[in-house]
Amino acid sequence: MKPFKIIALAKQVPDTRNVGKDAMKEDGTVNRSVLPAIFNPEDLHALEQALLIRDKFPGSTVTILTMGPVRASEILREGLFRGADEGILLTDRAFAGSDTLATSYALACAIRKINGFDIIICGRQAIDGDTAQVGPQVAEKLNISQITYAEEILAIDKKTIRVKRRLERGIETVEGPLPILITVTGTAPRCRPRNSRQMMKFKHSKSASERSEKDEEYLNLINDRPYLNITEWNVNDIECDRSLLGLGGSPTKVKKVDSISFQTKETKTMNDKDEDINSLMKELIVNHTIG
Amino acid sequence: MINFFTDNPDLAFHLSHPLMKRIVALRERNYSQYDLFDYAPADFDDAMDNYSRVLETIGEICGEIIAPNAEEVDHDGPVLTNGRVAYAKGSTENLDALLKAGLMGITLPRKYGGLNFPIVPYIMAADIVSRADAGFVNIWGLQDCAETINEFAFEEQRAIYLPRVCSGETMAMALTEPDAGSDLQAVMLLAHFDEQKKIWLLNGVKRFITNGDGDIALVLARSEPGSTDGRGLSMFIYDKKKGGVTVRRIENKMGIKGSPTCELVFKDAPAELCGQRRLGLIKYVMSLMNGARLGIAAQSVGISEAAYREGLSYARERVQFGKAIIKFPAVYEMLSVIKAKLDASRSLLYETARYVDIYKILGFIGEERQLTQEEKEEMRRYQKLADIFTPLAKGISSEFANQNAYDSLQIHGGSGFMKDYAIERIYRDARITSIYEGTTQLQVVAAIRGVTTGGYIARIKEFEQAAIKPETESYRRILIEMTGEFEISAKKIVDANNNEFTDFHARRLVEMAAYIIMGYLLLFDTQRDHKYWKTLEVFLKLARATVSAHNTTIKYSTQNDMGKFKVEG
Repeated sequence: MKPFKIIALAKQVPDTRNVGKDAMKEDGTVNRSVLPAIFNPEDLHALEQALLIRDKFPGSTVTILTMGPVRASEILREGLFRGADEGILLTDRAFAGSDTLATSYALACAIRKINGFDIIICGRQAIDGDTAQVGPQVAEKLNISQITYAEEILAIDKKTIRVKRRLERGIETVEGPLPILITVTGTAPRCRPRNSRQMMKFKHSKSASERSEKDEEYLNLINDRPYLNITEWNVNDIECDRSLLGLGGSPTKVKKVDSISFQTKETKTMNDKDEDINSLMKELIVNHTIG
Repeated sequence: MINFFTDNPDLAFHLSHPLMKRIVALRERNYSQYDLFDYAPADFDDAMDNYSRVLETIGEICGEIIAPNAEEVDHDGPVLTNGRVAYAKGSTENLDALLKAGLMGITLPRKYGGLNFPIVPYIMAADIVSRADAGFVNIWGLQDCAETINEFAFEEQRAIYLPRVCSGETMAMALTEPDAGSDLQAVMLLAHFDEQKKIWLLNGVKRFITNGDGDIALVLARSEPGSTDGRGLSMFIYDKKKGGVTVRRIENKMGIKGSPTCELVFKDAPAELCGQRRLGLIKYVMSLMNGARLGIAAQSVGISEAAYREGLSYARERVQFGKAIIKFPAVYEMLSVIKAKLDASRSLLYETARYVDIYKILGFIGEERQLTQEEKEEMRRYQKLADIFTPLAKGISSEFANQNAYDSLQIHGGSGFMKDYAIERIYRDARITSIYEGTTQLQVVAAIRGVTTGGYIARIKEFEQAAIKPETESYRRILIEMTGEFEISAKKIVDANNNEFTDFHARRLVEMAAYIIMGYLLLFDTQRDHKYWKTLEVFLKLARATVSAHNTTIKYSTQNDMGKFKVEG
């Protein structure tokens, strides 16, 4: 069985699960300075799926790709600690202000630069935007198949992948051809913890913008230990149409932000079976409605 | 995200003790492994950063997985099917997370796949895991049996078994038998060398074996036919893959229910001799037990931490007579006494762990090269201290854990008696700590030598000379006064020169030494961080009263007392 090349997409997000009173500014935007920046939770579930495939097929590789400010290198290190083989940071002022369309365009361009892939895997959505659009848009731009709302990868061979999808009204098992993009829900198994050896090995890894060019000691260190260099790409490193990037490439315009309470609840149908009640309870705990 | 390391600043405080500089330099052989292993530290700060990061991971696993699983694990427990043990679902999940985090073989050398951490951060990990689930910690914590293999087995055996421990195989130490509990000299399990097969075969029964169905077990067995005492016993390594041992039953226990306590039947079970014949009990088990006792001290401190937190949060929330019960003197006194005992036993635990660290590492270095004269003296000095501090740490912290769990449950009132609150489980889990790995009474037997030979008083006199801040001088005066009482009591008993009279007052004397030592340790903690002054104040009130009470008892005691207390057997 040939090994797989897997790209895990990840986003650094403010931890909106533990919001306090000062989480929103008066103008209705998120006050990022008071919220810790974390690895988007569903992207972590996706990373676990990627690592599980790699465990099963020796020689497979997992590359984490993130777009964001220099600080987003933190989640790349987090990914390396948990077992990813490599991290790539896509960062440039030109990407600032991207909506989902511009983000997926930039990511797709970066993915084209990576030397081939079999599977792209990412979380269903990020907790700061909840759009669930970026994954599917990346797949469209790369012109590959996609399976969304994946909970478990059931089987995989060199041509196809079989996936269990968690849908509102039940579970669906589908197959798709490789290469493919898969988005993973929070009901998938949680990501493995940071591995001590990996953490001690990679804790000094840095992207180019994180290190001072004058720090000769660190440059020598990278020379001796090339794995400590986190690959960093800017807009010049990827082939792209600049007009489609950043604020200029983003048709979404925020007109106004209101603080509202939900009036109509979303509906969900379930019967009185134990597992349905179980999964409802789990869902309520996960989204902090209870517990 | 609940993190049991970062939410408890006392842990980072103890990790940062000044003696760590020496311990880490020794453990890392002056950082000579940096170029050999990509996860070896470059210097002291790098190593300390590693320990903090790893403990933070453990803290996260405890907060997010192990603690939430604890109630279910306690309820479900392990199951026995066809002579094999299956852990409760939650235990398996806990173990899997710790294994994936690379937390097996924490103290083992890197060449076997270990992290080569000193004992201090390992003990801290055990402290944290015990707070999360004191039953589960046994399954994971038995990895410290591997230290005995590392210390005494042949290199070929180390090369086989240690990497297996690092990759997640669990361990057991099979010592106790139905008729050999506290008195291990009575062990009967038979080891005979099969001349044809050229292997040792084990036959007999072991009882009360924690994680008895573990992958690799250290077994104490009688290898010298016709012998009846400890000198006929040897240590063996049993590999479960080879078969020959079945689990006859899992005990139905009061507490630590997630930890399978097994009765094992050995039928021609093949095993390897570990180290030399006849040294099983007198050398290897003593070392194994000392490691395990430090582990139980850590477990006890973790339980006290859990008990304190449960009591504190309940007392803050529970409103009676129009206010939170924490406002009532009867309740806040209990809480501050729990905290004082917790802090005192934790200081004693890490002080002991540091002593063990230094002498053990010097022992290993002594195998690699000739130790210098200073190093030899340093090793002897710390070994002596470790020998008298280990039973003290185990005895005191386990008694405190029981008292703390009792008081915390009391704060809960009727609710604490119900299974709805974690304190009910914590109270049951605490109970075993003062029993296994040697009862408190046996810790006293080991510790009384420190009283009669002057080991404790010598250390206390050293403590007395330490430079301290002038504003804490008044505390030292109290400790000097307590030391005076201890010396009078000890002198009276030693002068009486009567073994039974010494045994009769042994616990009192050992406790006096322990309270003075813990008082000094808290005084030193206060030098490094002023926030410990409150604990010091509370603890010294308790310690002074206890020492004084014991002194009074001894002062008015004559050798006739034994007759008055003696119960016809």
